[in-house]
Amino acid sequence: METVTITMKNPPALYLEADNVSPDAFAGKTAAQIGDLHVYEGNVTSTLGKYFEISGNAGATAADTKIVVKGDVKKVKYLGFKMSAGELVVEGSTDQYAGGWMTGGKMLVKGNVEAFAGTAMKGGELTIEGNAGNYLGAAYRGDWRGMTGGKILVKGNAGSDIGMYMLGGEMIINGNVDVHVCTHAEGGKVIIKGNAKTKIGGQMVDGTIFVFGTIDVMMPGFKPAGEVDMEVDGIKGKFAHYIGDTGERHKKKKGQIIYGNLYKKI
Amino acid sequence: MSEYIIKNGNVFDPVQGIRGDKADVAIKDGKIVDKVGSGAKVIDAKGKTVMAGAVEIHAHIAGPKINMGRIYRPEDKLFTCTPTKGIERMGGGASIPTTFKTGYEYAKMGYTTAMEAAMPPLFSRHVHEEIRDTPIIDEGAYPVFGNNWFVLEYLKNQEIENTAAYCAWLLRVTKGYAIKLVNPGGTEAWAWGLNCLSVNDPVPYFDITPAEIIKGLIEANEYLGLPHSMHIHPNNLGNPGCYETTLDTLRLAEGYKAKNKFGREQVMHLTHSQFHSYGGTNWGDFESKAKEITDYVNKNKNITIDTGNVTLDETTTMTADGPFEHHLTGLNHLKWANIDVEVETGSGVVPYIYSPSISVCAIQWAIGLEIALMMKDPMRCYITTDHPNAGPFTRYPRVIKWLMSAKAREAQINAFKHKDKVLSQTSIGTLDREISLYELAQMTRAGPAKSLGLSGMCGGLKPGMDADIAVYNFNPDKPVANPEDIEKAFTRCAHVFKCGVEVITNGELISNGNKRTLWVNAKVKDNPQVMRDINEKFLKYYSMTQANYEALGHHFVPNPYALEVDATQV
Amino acid sequence: MTKTITDVICPFCGTLCDDVEVVVSDDGKQLLEVYNACVIGTEKFLHSQSKDRVTRPRMHQPDGTWKEISYDEAAEYSAQMLAKAKKPLMFGWSSTNCEAQSVGNEIAEITRACCDNTAATCHGTSLIAIQDIGLPSCTLGEIKNRADRVIFWGCNPAHAHPRHMSRYSIFPRGFFTSKGQMSRKMIVVDPRVTDTAKMADVHLQVEQGMDYELLDALRVAFKGEWLPDVVAGIPKEKIREVADMMKSGRFGIIFFGMGVTQSLGKNHNIDAAIAVTKDLNEYTKFSIMPMRGHYNVTGSGEVFGWQFGFPYAVDLTRGFARYNPGDTSTIDLLVRGEVDAMFTIGSDPGAHFPISAVKQFAHIPSVCVDPHLTPTTGVSKLHVPVAFNGVEVGGNCYRMDNVPIDCRKVVEPPEGMLTDEQFLIKVRDRVRQLKGVA
Repeated sequence: METVTITMKNPPALYLEADNVSPDAFAGKTAAQIGDLHVYEGNVTSTLGKYFEISGNAGATAADTKIVVKGDVKKVKYLGFKMSAGELVVEGSTDQYAGGWMTGGKMLVKGNVEAFAGTAMKGGELTIEGNAGNYLGAAYRGDWRGMTGGKILVKGNAGSDIGMYMLGGEMIINGNVDVHVCTHAEGGKVIIKGNAKTKIGGQMVDGTIFVFGTIDVMMPGFKPAGEVDMEVDGIKGKFAHYIGDTGERHKKKKGQIIYGNLYKKI
Repeated sequence: MSEYIIKNGNVFDPVQGIRGDKADVAIKDGKIVDKVGSGAKVIDAKGKTVMAGAVEIHAHIAGPKINMGRIYRPEDKLFTCTPTKGIERMGGGASIPTTFKTGYEYAKMGYTTAMEAAMPPLFSRHVHEEIRDTPIIDEGAYPVFGNNWFVLEYLKNQEIENTAAYCAWLLRVTKGYAIKLVNPGGTEAWAWGLNCLSVNDPVPYFDITPAEIIKGLIEANEYLGLPHSMHIHPNNLGNPGCYETTLDTLRLAEGYKAKNKFGREQVMHLTHSQFHSYGGTNWGDFESKAKEITDYVNKNKNITIDTGNVTLDETTTMTADGPFEHHLTGLNHLKWANIDVEVETGSGVVPYIYSPSISVCAIQWAIGLEIALMMKDPMRCYITTDHPNAGPFTRYPRVIKWLMSAKAREAQINAFKHKDKVLSQTSIGTLDREISLYELAQMTRAGPAKSLGLSGMCGGLKPGMDADIAVYNFNPDKPVANPEDIEKAFTRCAHVFKCGVEVITNGELISNGNKRTLWVNAKVKDNPQVMRDINEKFLKYYSMTQANYEALGHHFVPNPYALEVDATQV
Repeated sequence: MTKTITDVICPFCGTLCDDVEVVVSDDGKQLLEVYNACVIGTEKFLHSQSKDRVTRPRMHQPDGTWKEISYDEAAEYSAQMLAKAKKPLMFGWSSTNCEAQSVGNEIAEITRACCDNTAATCHGTSLIAIQDIGLPSCTLGEIKNRADRVIFWGCNPAHAHPRHMSRYSIFPRGFFTSKGQMSRKMIVVDPRVTDTAKMADVHLQVEQGMDYELLDALRVAFKGEWLPDVVAGIPKEKIREVADMMKSGRFGIIFFGMGVTQSLGKNHNIDAAIAVTKDLNEYTKFSIMPMRGHYNVTGSGEVFGWQFGFPYAVDLTRGFARYNPGDTSTIDLLVRGEVDAMFTIGSDPGAHFPISAVKQFAHIPSVCVDPHLTPTTGVSKLHVPVAFNGVEVGGNCYRMDNVPIDCRKVVEPPEGMLTDEQFLIKVRDRVRQLKGVA
């Protein structure tokens, strides 16, 4: 695997859209060619090389390419956009759409990310060592096809609206989350190791949520369904089981109604 | 205006009976002429196909439900919006393109006239604002009448003259083109959450049946002598077994003869017949009844139809058939919009994915093609996708490929997950007919133009007609090596002229043309009773005043073209 | 002799009343009296006649004073500002006509701006919900003719849309509702005891920020499922009673306002309310409608919709249209410091935006086109006063139920004043020159 390191040298006055910073876009290119890839600051089209110092050549394919992003990229959007393979490491924090629409490969952000990270993710691994913003692993506006695969790990906290319209894949939040988790979800699994607030699992059709900490207010559409002993992400414990959202439509399997599941650690 | 001569093309023009002969087409002052001067600009069409500009008889391209589709489907545009390019405005939308993109896409495929298929009269000002912003193509819009309280009340008492006077008034104030019916009676029933699934189901409260509405509006249409006939989306659309309702509907036209000065011969146009040709009792035994429907239409010359071909895409369904959209959202659970319109009509919108791996969708695909291939007279069967209901209009080149190439159909059949089911539930596998270019010109030009009463104006290349001309990079003298070449050739024209202005060259926009709004100005005898009734309904039941109802002025109809009808002597 | 003009459209709120009568002086220059309009609408018409009206563009000077300039100079400044900016924002559009909006969209397209309307602070969340789940709705006449269940959720038409109840929703006698108010059950959901709530058959005094839970509970109640004893401060028995009341009607409607679009839950509240409406169509007929505020905010969404494909928060900076509130929406753009110029028209963000957003546009080049003096004109570098839409110039507008109504001109604007559209055409033509486009 070849490594390309890009280091922010001339930060943008506004925000930079760097949807070409992905192993897929870099694959097969030399450092100079990578420097010629387009980036956008507002309505001005420019090149990656104008903002970043680039060292190292990419591998022949995305899978053979690792990108390390250094310097202050807090005002850079779309890092890892649509990446399908390879690796992307962001040494600090970055802005919106980190790993948006990614289908494979590994992306690691050592700082925080803003909203829309992992939007409509299909595969791969997205790890955020800091905090994530709103709409983590959610669907794009209007789309009923949210996250369908892959894995998101947030070591800090996450914002609101995570996993909206989630259909598959897995999300683990080590910290706390804000309101609205897995709204309209029809599959997938979300593990919240910290606390949740309110509106958890609203309009959920199917899928599973685990909350290890507190839930401020439970949705009225989640009905108590007993207690279970389980092992979740390597942690054993007793969980209160709720099924819902009972106000929402549900599929039937072998005559049984399939509900969404919410497990709260006791 | 400039003069042009399109030289040495292979010309297909059913109006003059030209079947691919090498001929020149001359243009002067916006019209097709016998000859032009030596200074005329020469367009070399050697080895290319030359036809009149195509005519769209039924598409949902402007108005409130289309815009609801655009507004509520951002995901229909994700990553596909196109940038400004010279005189070409930005575009976006796969199944429900923006107005600018709609005009450009039609023009680039060689279409120069298109009809918006369902205008809610109360929203006519909205429809016309969108038509204004749809460049190049001439457009008209059909106001919907089949659930209108005036019509229901007049026809309950068989008052044809009053119905006709009201229709004429509504066409005038909404700048409408034709009398359109959508699920007659059923959409009014839907205002109470109900429906009319057969032509004999009584409409709640109004004490009238769909059959009476249909016959009454055929009579009103012929009383007025409008350019187009009564244009119908029958009851019971889209349900297994609906073909019987369709046959019941078609039979209502028996005994009626067209009366008009426009050369139109039919009294009923059955639209998107694919959706109305279903047999079976449920989605499991769902089957094609294309043969039963086309057998009937083949025998009865006073009916024209369009196909409504399924294109196997993700799309957005939208119709004034409000109860159908509610039914559909119950099937696919996707987002449902509904717009009931006071006194007049209703509508609904639901996204839909015609997946090649679902047997029902594959059978629907086959039925649409069967209809086109089983219709004996291409002058009475027109290609549509009921855009965007069975698929976006931008897929016409693909539909043309399937119609012109049995090999292309076979390849698609083999690609279906439930191929056996398609072959057992339809007869698509037994049809080897391939539509010729001449027949294509009938099905997309001369035929729809005649059905619309526009045969003197467009759909042909006869001197005196508007110079609406499409030149395709398709050499009819060469055998088709690959069916994909057909699709490619019909996707982007080499040249398109609209009323004598060259608007497309090599698939690129070079002019926004001289777009017109087509409408029908039908004059009737003074009818004080109808005027009183209109006045009363506005005072009591509408939510706006009569004085603000008309689509008036430059903002709504900047470049009108009225077809004049005089029914004062009837 | 005075003249009376009938069927005048009121350019105040989304109710867009079109039965107003206005008396004008013989020379058509003075507006004397207004009939049929509500107090706010009447004031809107009469305000155009105020003697101290600013009638020429003015530049803010470094010392805080204003200097009068010509419309041409104002157009030049606006065009230069928009053409030079890397990410200009063109905001407002809700108190102007569709013709002006169309010209504005051309400017935005040429300069590759972000364009947005006042849905940013009112019903943008409703639009997000509609994109997620749809919108079973109808025109206002349907409610007048058929509705026997009328629910006002988080809105107070008695004050915000004063003629709504008398024209469309509660009092009128329609085709199937010949007993008017007697044919209807009225439910109000509001944490406050508003004047609207006082009129209701049932007032659900929902706990602040718990609308989403209450809506979910109604859905659970429709299905007869288990409910906790109290949801959002309402006992479950009451919830079941209201659910039955909704189901037992023949035709129902939910009107909702900013009490529910901008409180905790935002788009999800509307999403759930739409789900409630959709559920009710399994039992009876039900519709839902946003109580749109500005008289043509709906029109702005429509024009954006057919021209760009999205109803608000449209970002054209890359040369094509993109949309994602949170990224492309005005308040986010301002608070995050994403834009470098601001053009405001037909709206007063200075009065309605969070202070952090207002501070931002006070720091960047800014133009405000508005007939009034507002907090926004106060902080803008250039103020361009224009003729009053719907009073001094006509033009198309869309009512809250998306019905288009063409506004009427009733009096002449003060001598030499331009309309929104006329000023925008000047800016557009100059921007075309600066950008070298056809």
